[in-house]
Amino acid sequence: MSTAPIALSAHAAAALRQRHAHVFHRPLGKRLLAPLMLLGTLAYLVFCFFFFNVPAVLDNAQWDRAGTYVADWYSWEATPRFRFKDGSVELEWTRSLLGPNPDPDWIVKTGPDSYTTSFGSPDNSVEISPTAVVAVIDGVRYPVPVTADGAVLPANAPASMSLKGGRVTVDYGFAGLAEVRNTQVYVRHRFFGWANFFFDPSSDFFGMDAGQLWQAALSPDRLDPARPNWQAMALDFLYNSEWQHLDVLDKLLQTIVMAFVGTLFAAVVAFPLAFLAARNITPNPLGNWLMKRVFDFLRSVDMLIWALFFVRGFGPGPIPGIAAIFFTDTGTLGKTSTEALENVDDRQREGVRSVGASPMAVHRYGVVPQVAPVFISQVLYFWESNTRSATIIGAVGAGGIGLKLIEAMRTNQDWENVAYMVILILIVVFLFDNLSNAIRSRLIGTTRH
Amino acid sequence: MSTTLSAGGQPPITSQITQLHDHYRALLRTRRAYTLLAVGGVLAFLAVALWYADKSNAGQFFDRLPYFFDFFIHFQPDEPMEIVRALFDLPSPFADGSFKYDYEVGRVYLFGDVYLPEYFYQMLVTINIAVISTLIGVTLAFCLSFFAASNVTGARTVRFVVRRFLELMRAFPEIVIAGMLVAILSIGPIAAIVAVSVHTVGSLGKLFYEVIENADTRADEGLRAVGGNWFERVRFGYVPQVLPNFVSYALLRTEINVRASTIIGAVGGGGIGEVFRLSIGRDHAAKTYAIILLLFLTIIGIDWISGTLRKRLVGQAAFTIGG
Repeated sequence: MSTAPIALSAHAAAALRQRHAHVFHRPLGKRLLAPLMLLGTLAYLVFCFFFFNVPAVLDNAQWDRAGTYVADWYSWEATPRFRFKDGSVELEWTRSLLGPNPDPDWIVKTGPDSYTTSFGSPDNSVEISPTAVVAVIDGVRYPVPVTADGAVLPANAPASMSLKGGRVTVDYGFAGLAEVRNTQVYVRHRFFGWANFFFDPSSDFFGMDAGQLWQAALSPDRLDPARPNWQAMALDFLYNSEWQHLDVLDKLLQTIVMAFVGTLFAAVVAFPLAFLAARNITPNPLGNWLMKRVFDFLRSVDMLIWALFFVRGFGPGPIPGIAAIFFTDTGTLGKTSTEALENVDDRQREGVRSVGASPMAVHRYGVVPQVAPVFISQVLYFWESNTRSATIIGAVGAGGIGLKLIEAMRTNQDWENVAYMVILILIVVFLFDNLSNAIRSRLIGTTRH
Repeated sequence: MSTTLSAGGQPPITSQITQLHDHYRALLRTRRAYTLLAVGGVLAFLAVALWYADKSNAGQFFDRLPYFFDFFIHFQPDEPMEIVRALFDLPSPFADGSFKYDYEVGRVYLFGDVYLPEYFYQMLVTINIAVISTLIGVTLAFCLSFFAASNVTGARTVRFVVRRFLELMRAFPEIVIAGMLVAILSIGPIAAIVAVSVHTVGSLGKLFYEVIENADTRADEGLRAVGGNWFERVRFGYVPQVLPNFVSYALLRTEINVRASTIIGAVGGGGIGEVFRLSIGRDHAAKTYAIILLLFLTIIGIDWISGTLRKRLVGQAAFTIGG
């Protein structure tokens, strides 16, 4: 798109410069403003870098955890232990995600006391027997000597094998790792996906594939004599002990209810109060001033403070959440509606008044039609935004999915549950965004882009 | 009034007019019926929602209401001056060695005997979290918004990707980002900064590209006519136009972020939120009221500063709440 520079005679250039002096000769202060602000910002960044002690924090960070936690979002681990006991090897399952009697095809019993556990392919496996542990990496065999003091790193060990505190760790990348200790071989084998999302191992339907489930659901032979199979199936799914679907949905509903009820109450209370606060509607300076300060107070005491206060009063659950949203948003909605009311066009009111309407009718037909679109759009916006913020409020004890999220994160084991809840929250937020946009365009007639 | 009107030459009421009138009444009836139905629906939904909220709360609303007022009555400092002492870390005459009165412990000594009271320091941490995340958020949102605006970026795919990305950043729960980072970095402000920044990018990005899309295209057309490239068009055609609005939104976001970083602080981000959660949880009334007072004044102050600056920048449009 580049073109030849426009030829300009010296005279023409000088004339231009003179004509637009304010462009070519800007005062020093204005010219220096941008670089100075940039410099100030940079200085502030440097200050913050030391104020928050960034180097030390990053130094102490446990980045290896990050990998595991993120991996938990989309994958799960099976963790068998092969214990050395009196000259034999015993297979033991710690967290039984695979059911009561797991017999996965990646663990092969090669002898009365020996096992081979493979990571994806036979070229990557660990062979365990009472006398020897052999790590096979990409087809190369590395015997790992195990002494009474601990495991010893083989002489020609590759980088994926490491020794720490008498334990040799063999890293197979995403597929997992094996930890050779003097008492046991601890295997962590990672698989893509979420384990037992539908049924936990205690369910009768555990381990069935889609076809089997379909057949079981329709079959008249009851697995649980108390109820038909499809009901048992639904119950087993909802009460899945690892995923707690029913509880999660219950908490999600609480969050939605918190946002809905809190915003609705705030709207219903703030709108009439705004009429009292607007000086052109209620000609009472003291009343206006008082009402406006009430709004300021409600708004400026943070949502967090309201939430924690009400949690103390009513105990954890959606009520403190509703109350916190209600109090804060009454203030904010009151403030914005007051501003909208004070900016209404007076001609419409005068018109209604001139035909002898009562004060109520003047407000109803002279004021409300002007501010209603602004108000409705604000309320819907707050509804949307509260659906999001109700999650955080929940985390400090005000119930809902936030509390459940925080609990799941505290254990540092259930990151897959966190991922599940995040997906549900995202779905709800997108749904309500669209719902609120649809209501807005229906009531006001304009769509947001 | 009606008598004077009818005295004049009022046209006779024809069947057409009555028909029109009937039609109007019928329309009004339908409209009212729909309004009533909608209001009834919302009320019914509200009733169910309230019942549900009450049922799933740890304490029932009407059972707990008297206790709530009890809590307020009992939750009082030993004397009003205690709040001031807690706020400025002055020794308390009630000191009995417990955490409740250990106001001096939190002092942050700057040099010699000059100290910053604990809560002022924590408030400073929270404000800094808010400001730095606004800075990060504004910078990233600024860069991204031009790729989401239809009048600047022609490529539909780019726009789609950037917009969905901004949406995701906006909707992604902040506490999950904070919680994840707290697990990695341990409790501290950096987790809060990242969490608040991500959300800021999402919501400011959206507001920014809407501003760009509403900008006057004549400057851009002029630059295009003299052969300006994409960067020059953005730099000289759009940026000067949208900058006041951008700054106004950024200031508004700073207000919102001070609140957000307080809340994030309470769930592991450090700062005043954390201190507040602890003090109210431990029933330390004087400390709690001191923090509330401080937070209240800070938020009012920041709102006022930002409001004044915004009014100077963009005039009447300044009070619009965006998100």
